[in-house]
Amino acid sequence: MSFIQPTFRHPDLPVNDVGFTKKDYEGSLSTLCAGCGHDSISAAIVQACFELSIEPHRVAKISGIGCSSKTPTYFLGNSHGFNSVHGRMPSVATGANLANRDLIYVGVSGDGDSASIGMGQFAHVVRRNLNMLYIVENNGCYGLTKGQDSATADVGSKSKSGVANLYTPIDLASVALDLGATFVGRSFSGDKEQLVPLIKAAITHPGFAFLDVVSPCVTFNNTPASTKSYEYVREHLDASGTFDFVPMKQEITTHYQPGATEQVHMHDGSVINLHKLNQSYDPRDRRSAVDAMFNAKERGDVLTGLIYIDPNTQELHEMIETTNKPLRNLTEKDLCPGSKALDTINESLR
Amino acid sequence: MANIQSVNEFVIKFANVNGTGSASANNLFAKAVFRMGIPVSPKNIFPSNIQGLPTWYEVRVSEKGYLGRRGGVDIMVGVNAQSLTQDVQEVEPGGYFIYDSTKRLDPRLLRQDINFIGLPLTEICIREYADPKQRQLFKNVLYVGALAALLDMDFTVLKDLVSDQFKGKEKLVAPNIHALELGYQYAQDHYSCPLGIHVKTTNKTGDAILLDGNAALALGAIYSGASVAAWYPITPSTSVVDAFAKYCNRLRIDPGTGKKNFAIVQAEDELAAIGMAIGANWNGARAFTATSGPGISLMSEFLGLAYFAEVPVVLMNIQRSGPSTGMPTRTQQSDVMICAYASHGDTKQVCLYPSTPKECFDFGADSFDLADRLQTPVIVLSDLDLGMNDNMSEPLSWDEDRVYDKGKVHTEADLEAMTERYGRYLDVDGDAIPYRTYPGTHPTKGSFFTRGTSRDEFAVYTESGEKYVENMQRLERKWETAKSYVPRPEIIPGKEGGCRAGVIYYGTSDYAAREALESLTKAGLAMDALRIRAFPFNSEVEDFISEHDLVYIIDQNRDGQMRSLLINELEINPAKMIALINYDGMPIVARFIHGFIADHQGSLSGGQTGEQKTGSA
Repeated sequence: MSFIQPTFRHPDLPVNDVGFTKKDYEGSLSTLCAGCGHDSISAAIVQACFELSIEPHRVAKISGIGCSSKTPTYFLGNSHGFNSVHGRMPSVATGANLANRDLIYVGVSGDGDSASIGMGQFAHVVRRNLNMLYIVENNGCYGLTKGQDSATADVGSKSKSGVANLYTPIDLASVALDLGATFVGRSFSGDKEQLVPLIKAAITHPGFAFLDVVSPCVTFNNTPASTKSYEYVREHLDASGTFDFVPMKQEITTHYQPGATEQVHMHDGSVINLHKLNQSYDPRDRRSAVDAMFNAKERGDVLTGLIYIDPNTQELHEMIETTNKPLRNLTEKDLCPGSKALDTINESLR
Repeated sequence: MANIQSVNEFVIKFANVNGTGSASANNLFAKAVFRMGIPVSPKNIFPSNIQGLPTWYEVRVSEKGYLGRRGGVDIMVGVNAQSLTQDVQEVEPGGYFIYDSTKRLDPRLLRQDINFIGLPLTEICIREYADPKQRQLFKNVLYVGALAALLDMDFTVLKDLVSDQFKGKEKLVAPNIHALELGYQYAQDHYSCPLGIHVKTTNKTGDAILLDGNAALALGAIYSGASVAAWYPITPSTSVVDAFAKYCNRLRIDPGTGKKNFAIVQAEDELAAIGMAIGANWNGARAFTATSGPGISLMSEFLGLAYFAEVPVVLMNIQRSGPSTGMPTRTQQSDVMICAYASHGDTKQVCLYPSTPKECFDFGADSFDLADRLQTPVIVLSDLDLGMNDNMSEPLSWDEDRVYDKGKVHTEADLEAMTERYGRYLDVDGDAIPYRTYPGTHPTKGSFFTRGTSRDEFAVYTESGEKYVENMQRLERKWETAKSYVPRPEIIPGKEGGCRAGVIYYGTSDYAAREALESLTKAGLAMDALRIRAFPFNSEVEDFISEHDLVYIIDQNRDGQMRSLLINELEINPAKMIALINYDGMPIVARFIHGFIADHQGSLSGGQTGEQKTGSA
């Protein structure tokens, strides 16, 4: 890469609660196409982590293979990253999380990476309720191999090749809901207002948080006949409502009229203020969420926002009862049973 | 007819139907002989099935301490109607065929050169027990009781074993002992006991233990601090993680909180299993997975990532007969090649080849130190024979002062004190092993991006051919470094002054090879031997081959994979490397090794050559 990222930053950049400026959350210069939706998502992750006052090194970024999976290089430069194998990010994230439950895990994947080659691992990481943020940067096509349709492309949608997709799409948010995901959201890379609080809530969620972010591919799939283009998505956005996320440390001040706002209390004391557009829809009720998704699909709309949340959930470590201390911090003293115990074992084998 | 006369030196085989509870009765027999101080080597020959198909249990009893398969059967306990014909045929002349005489034996099966001993097992059980399940189960215990009389076994030992076996379920003790007594009494009353073949208490087992290799590997992992196990069920590796879970639940529960100082995840497939193990190791915990051949094929892509990105991971491969599903419940050493070069591109993987449960324990533990030290995958290649059978072994031992070698890892303090730029792939010490950092160590220093794509010393993505080559050359230098860390071979001299011919073997060929080497020495064909314990091959292996005119390489696979690996890696003239192979799914036997080498030596000196096609019959 021949680009040099400018190092100049305004001296009066605001500092967050843990003493970092937004610059401390940035990564290398992106090598994606100009206007790529993925870069907006990276910017939203930077903004969310800065606002949440997470120390950047307490995040581990893990991805698979593809344009989306390249992006962890472009945010949180002070975090460790792992660009693993195509479709296998969930397993690497699972192992990493098992080793150290104290870090924050951000998994970045794409529609090819999750809905095709990685569909199996996607399904099973949902089932395990691994405590992580799982973002699919969904552009309906394979960018790095020049625009083939992916499994999330809608029937009839046409990419740059002009050939209509024949096969029914996989809606990862619906699949996640069906498999028991405890946090499901959908957004659009161009909607920062919605995406940043959604990422903040997802990171705070103490279990598997899935975000399907429609992110147009400007090079191969931004045609008028594509359902993953900027134009189409903007015209068909159907927000489930608006909301804001109030981290634990901030005082809850709401300027909404009483009665119009519902609060979802997170385990750490954070609060999500929901301002629902449709009063019959409750994102804490899985059936209600499934109905809302189905109805939007029937209308040809893309339902966005916080679709489902179960704030009182048990993540993998709680299910399998691992110790509270990160496993990787255990020492010989905790791990090695010693020679006396081995003598007893020997004796039992005679 | 001359009956076989032998004390403490024979082969007994049990022919059963699987799913009928025969395994625990047969185990009881083997363990009782072991407790009488006589070395035993039981082998379970089972089908890929849960209930209704033939299964065999072969026990070599050998006061001389020969633990490999000998070949041939002296006593057959044939209680499976499906396999009677074949079972009768297998008995050596002068041997014994013990059967359920409730139903008359088909006269066509009778042989004049062996002894038939009928026990009315079904009849006695129908008379004694009302419950159909008990009628089935106690048939097995009954023949063990009869064997106690026929072979002059110490009945107290059997009774003690039953009491041990049913600790916590005491009400099962009395009926089992009753069944043993019924069998014992019947044999005493109807046959002249003991037979020409029998046992006699001795003290040849010392402080040895009876343990399967899979449990030993699991214990090794526990002792060396493995805290994450991810796996997908596959025979014959499943019992590695089963044992890991069993012993962890005993030994790794935090006394304060009752919580687990370990995590076990049954993955959705082998790809996920190794992905999890790699993720956990990347993040600083010791993690492993266990699998068999088909799993290795699936894990290959991830193994390439771990090799290239330099992430430690331990993989235990309990080999079975391939290719594809092959004979999934039979043994083989046929993953030597795929493991050595696992994954696309230029890759080489560190492999360890244990021979005994003790060595499974030691390598199980050492593999984690090696993986962390070398920052690369370490594959432990056991097999079904070692993994799933009880093997007599030296007791396991652990040095209390042993400290885990986590390799080169920068701590927060290291990073804080560092003035130069940290480079994940910089060869700082000249041994080609760079320094790692764990995620979350330091707020502003030491982070890097792990990737399977080419990158420079600072882990920054690059497509520079020069940087790529530099990195690949460093990995090659690291491979040289690995040679000084992996276990050295075991060398067994044939006679003083050395021999012109040598034998190389590895893994579970050990027992049969040692027995054959002894008998060859007696036949005037002494040979030096070397047991390979690791790949990369260290210099001793190369020296051994160059010091001998001719080298036999024992492989339990069709293609002589270790032979090919040696020829390829050490650039040896194939003409001096004679393949000695056995791959019918049964462990190689001493008689075959002896016969093959004796014939080959005979052909070299112009003598008669014999034909011997199969290695385990």
